[in-house]
Amino acid sequence: MSISRRQFLKLCGATGAAISVSGSLIPEIVAAMEKATAGNPPVVWVQGSGCTGCSVSLLNTVHPNIAEVLLKIISLKYHPTVMASAGEKAFDYLYATADKNKGKFFMAVEGSVATGAGGRYCIPGKLKGKEVTFVEMMKDLGTKAAAVLALGQCGAYGGIPAGKPNPTDAKGVMEFFKDNGIKTPVINIPGCPPHPDWMVGTIAHVLLFGIPELDSDGRPKLFFGTNVHDNCPYRSYYEEKKFAKFFSEEGCRVELGCKGPESFADCWKRGWNNNVNWCIHNSLCLGCTEPGYPDRFAPFYEKTTG
Amino acid sequence: MTKLYIDPITRIEGHLKIEVDIDGGKVKDAKSWGMLYRGFENILIGRDPRDASQIVQRICGVCPTAHGTASVRCLDNAFKVKPPTNGRIIRNLIFGADYLMSHILHFYHLVALDYVKGPNTEPFIPRYEGDYRLDPKTNKVAVDQYIKALDIRQKCHQMVALFGGRTPHVYGMVVGGATEVPTVDKMVSFKWRLKEIRDFIDDTYLPTVYLVAGAYKDLFEVGTGCKNLVSFGVFPLDDDEKNFLLKPGSYTEGKDLPFDQNQIKEYVKYSWYDDKTTGLHPGKGMTVPAPEKKTGYSYVKAPRYRDLPHEAGPLARMWVTNPVLSKNANKFLGVDAKKEIRFRDLGDKAFSILGRIAARAEECKLVADAMDKWIMELKPGAPSFKKADIPKEATGFGFSEAPRGALGHWITIKDHKIDNYQVCSATIWNAGPRDDKGQLGPIEQALVGTPVKDVKNPFNIVRVVRAFDP
Repeated sequence: MSISRRQFLKLCGATGAAISVSGSLIPEIVAAMEKATAGNPPVVWVQGSGCTGCSVSLLNTVHPNIAEVLLKIISLKYHPTVMASAGEKAFDYLYATADKNKGKFFMAVEGSVATGAGGRYCIPGKLKGKEVTFVEMMKDLGTKAAAVLALGQCGAYGGIPAGKPNPTDAKGVMEFFKDNGIKTPVINIPGCPPHPDWMVGTIAHVLLFGIPELDSDGRPKLFFGTNVHDNCPYRSYYEEKKFAKFFSEEGCRVELGCKGPESFADCWKRGWNNNVNWCIHNSLCLGCTEPGYPDRFAPFYEKTTG
Repeated sequence: MTKLYIDPITRIEGHLKIEVDIDGGKVKDAKSWGMLYRGFENILIGRDPRDASQIVQRICGVCPTAHGTASVRCLDNAFKVKPPTNGRIIRNLIFGADYLMSHILHFYHLVALDYVKGPNTEPFIPRYEGDYRLDPKTNKVAVDQYIKALDIRQKCHQMVALFGGRTPHVYGMVVGGATEVPTVDKMVSFKWRLKEIRDFIDDTYLPTVYLVAGAYKDLFEVGTGCKNLVSFGVFPLDDDEKNFLLKPGSYTEGKDLPFDQNQIKEYVKYSWYDDKTTGLHPGKGMTVPAPEKKTGYSYVKAPRYRDLPHEAGPLARMWVTNPVLSKNANKFLGVDAKKEIRFRDLGDKAFSILGRIAARAEECKLVADAMDKWIMELKPGAPSFKKADIPKEATGFGFSEAPRGALGHWITIKDHKIDNYQVCSATIWNAGPRDDKGQLGPIEQALVGTPVKDVKNPFNIVRVVRAFDP
């Protein structure tokens, strides 16, 4: 079965009432991907200064489910939280995969790059008896990868570790590559964490059709192209000037500190965790997909000015 | 003597390296190296205190609700606010659902591959080879369960999100309670999902744990550890938060003692932090990194309770609480099903790799069964949140138990801003290094004496470490 890019985009962006919204990545896509990825483009997933939340969010993917992603769609050669292997055996395999597939493999980066103290704030493993800092790993593997998926706030823009006073000089991958003259293309998939559909959908797009169209912050427009506030189900309250004064009161959440007006993501139609809920229905948006989070939106529970 | 490094230790949260000296087929000495510093405590300084409960969740994406819970309790304490009954219960339900997620994830996706041979495809190869003891039929059942459990843990996260907004990193718990007022449809939706999870725990998870244990019985003798245990208590059962489902207390040098937070100190002689900050109570704690320090070998501090290493986690909580176990335990131990077996009836077997894994599975059932009652104690439409102003000056503390162990947060507020914030987390208790007196951390102690048959495939080392769920 084949699938056109147009159909794919439509499916990824679909909203669903009867089926789960996450079900927009339907079996047809799994089948198309299985076919398209018969050559198994290798994917390695590495972790820097992060919390593993992006990995846990990826495990929450519903359609395709994570077993399908791991066993049918991608050839995941390295993932610190999932893989069987450990120690030197695992680390050797990561570097051997990168050398063998130079320019062909995709690298998912979870967590930011801690550049302070000569990289000593994050040391993900030992290679041939020598400690490798995450900075060294990014320089080495970053140069060899076909493209990098910079995951979460941390991978994309530095995230919480880069929050004031940024004690470890943490940076997002794109900035780190720029500082070090690394030309490998980077796709940002921000969010703290990113929605599983954003990760699986972007990986699917990359494998089937190449790098998707990105916005000026390096994010796929497919998922990050709409303003949360403009599309919010509570928007009519805003027009009526009916503002919630405490959590759970009916009304627009802007007075509570909602960052929807400054945020670009499709949470408003996609929902979270198989669409059982989402942030603004629960309380408010904290702007976790935006460059500059968290400092740009702090204090979180105060109305933003300007 | 052989020196062996396992770096990275995979299937955990974070960056951990293990160094062991092996002599005569056994571990003689061990060091647990924590290889990541992000500086959360320093990032929190100067912020709006309410923002702490969001920032700290990012310490751990596997247990964000644990940090969220400790933080909102810490803020409640500093703001002098008592959440309404619905708020307390909703927090318990959000956190409880994440407990179930974490325990199921731990057994099936983090540790099972040390006992069960995964599919012959990446990322399940390469792997250690040799010591897989399940017959092919049982092994296949276990692999099928690995896949089933992926779906079950994902559904646990749907439960977290029903009241948490979304997860990882929830929005639904705040100082003063919870954000959502419970509605009947949400309660039913939660209860219906919980039924499926409870069935899985009863019919699949628990029996499989004991089935696997039966094939690896010698691992009830491996990984003893320090035999001091501490629990801060979790899941408050009353609005004054005096009684807990899993009780606070310690088991110190063979004695049962009440929990006293003044007995906590953090040492840093072997950690990459300034020596001047050693021996402090976390309420007065400081985090001053010193990445070049020569005696250091970890970014993890060495917390001590009553100046002794204490293990935290399911084993500690179950030992301190000592509840009745499931009938699976009777069957495993060959005891009449009508008899009540309590956790301490496991005796020394509890202090082992498999003791920790069994404790976690039994605790998972205990929490799930309690949640089934809590959900019906919610009052639809009644408030779950009480507003409180940020104090100008205040101190506060909040305790909880992450799925992987004891967790404390301490705050000092000055001029309505965070002046100091300290976190003493579960993994610090277990995976920390030596203290200033040279006493080994709990994981280090548990490794000493571990038999290692094949240094190229050091199964037992990773089994000991992963059983703690660091």
